[in-house]
Amino acid sequence: MFRNQYDTDITTWSPAGRLHQVEYAMEAVKQGSACVGLKSNTLVVIGSLKRSPHAELSSYQKKLAKIDDHIGFGIAGLASDGRVLIKNARTQAINHKYTYDTPISVQRLVLQISDKSQVSTQRSSKRPYGVGLLISGYDEQTGTHLFQTEPSGNYYEYKAIAIGARSQSARTYFEKNYQTFEEADEETLILHALRALKGTTGDNVELTSKNASISIVGKDRKYKLIEEEQLEPYLAKLEENAAATTEQQPAEQQDDVDEEMVQ
Amino acid sequence: MTTHISPQMASSGTQHGKFEPYVNNGGTTLAIPGKDFVIAAGDTRLSTGYSIHTRQSSKVFQLTDKCVIVTAGMQSDASTLHKTMHARLVHYEHAHGKQMSTEAIGQMLSNMLYGRRFFPYYTFNLVAGIDSKGQGVVYGYDAIGSYQSVEVGAMGTGQSLIQPLLDNQVAYKNHQLVPSKELDLERALSLVKDSFTSAGERDIYTGDSVEIAIITQEGIKYETLQLKQD
Repeated sequence: MFRNQYDTDITTWSPAGRLHQVEYAMEAVKQGSACVGLKSNTLVVIGSLKRSPHAELSSYQKKLAKIDDHIGFGIAGLASDGRVLIKNARTQAINHKYTYDTPISVQRLVLQISDKSQVSTQRSSKRPYGVGLLISGYDEQTGTHLFQTEPSGNYYEYKAIAIGARSQSARTYFEKNYQTFEEADEETLILHALRALKGTTGDNVELTSKNASISIVGKDRKYKLIEEEQLEPYLAKLEENAAATTEQQPAEQQDDVDEEMVQ
Repeated sequence: MTTHISPQMASSGTQHGKFEPYVNNGGTTLAIPGKDFVIAAGDTRLSTGYSIHTRQSSKVFQLTDKCVIVTAGMQSDASTLHKTMHARLVHYEHAHGKQMSTEAIGQMLSNMLYGRRFFPYYTFNLVAGIDSKGQGVVYGYDAIGSYQSVEVGAMGTGQSLIQPLLDNQVAYKNHQLVPSKELDLERALSLVKDSFTSAGERDIYTGDSVEIAIITQEGIKYETLQLKQD
């Protein structure tokens, strides 16, 4: 998309009925490193590719966060904006449990976050949050859920989805395989997530226990993060099975990116 | 319907009075720290005046894997206090990536109680847990947050019956001959049970059953002791 005279203010509509500032915010999400999510009827897995601004020197940006025992977030885009939404979601979950003595339902939390995001698309004094979320969760009554939220305040529910840079290859992989997810076991789901992530790394970048992380939540399964050493056995399995899995699309090109701000 | 007796009615016989925000729901609590364990207990009778609401109401609330709080006084303030503490603990875990230490919980409770200095929680608390050094510790509180580590703590309507007994048998106060053996879990548990059966005999608000939490490095186990229902 190119600059035009209707994109300066969040509060200005273009003649085509678009809010360009909101769309630009969505671009920030596309520049962030990938986040993938998939679910079975009992478990939801989110995988993320962590970026590090200076390969050898710096740490890797955290992209997965626990919101409550039954809900997790994965972020793509401006990590600092992501932290604000994470903090807000945690408070919402705590307050709901205090008031109603029951865990907040995933959809209700997603709605609250989305409504918050929408507010900043209709105030001239604010800007949209430059972050997209993948929200995993489990409700006793309704089972597993996987949602995506956008800076616009829109949200969607998915069986499997990927967002961020080079995520199309992950989405294509999911489209080919999602029918087997419903009955899949924990290990299978995690391997699918890692395989999907592999396609998003781009040239010359390997998926390692340093730059990948997995979160899992579900029925009788409190939120758990799988990182670093704990991830090794799964990555090793990935190598073994490499020959047997469905082939992936080649990674796409992408524009220059401000690596520090966008994770 | 239970007979409601307001403080006004009970003494002067009049029907109208100011709204009284506090009520004592009765009951007794107890906590004993050991070298690498701590026991916390509370009876399960809930009363007002001369009536019993229920024989099965817990005074014990688990805060972390190695810390519990046991509260005597007004049950509504107690459960609100526990809910608020739990929310604070969850918040802490999100921010720090680990559970709050027993010592930190101890300080936090004091601050929370003092925060209500001018409309206090009508609660008499004992925080019992394993501290950062792996040793058992019990903190005793008044209603507005004054607290200290105690060798043995009892609260509630049976406090005056139990505390002196345990001062003598656990802390060995006023003994001519202090035994050299340190307190072990079996003896502590036995003293807890005897304390409640004795208090239950004389204190009308204590009885029905006792809920006992036994905390060690391995975790928290719960036991129930039946008491007389009179």
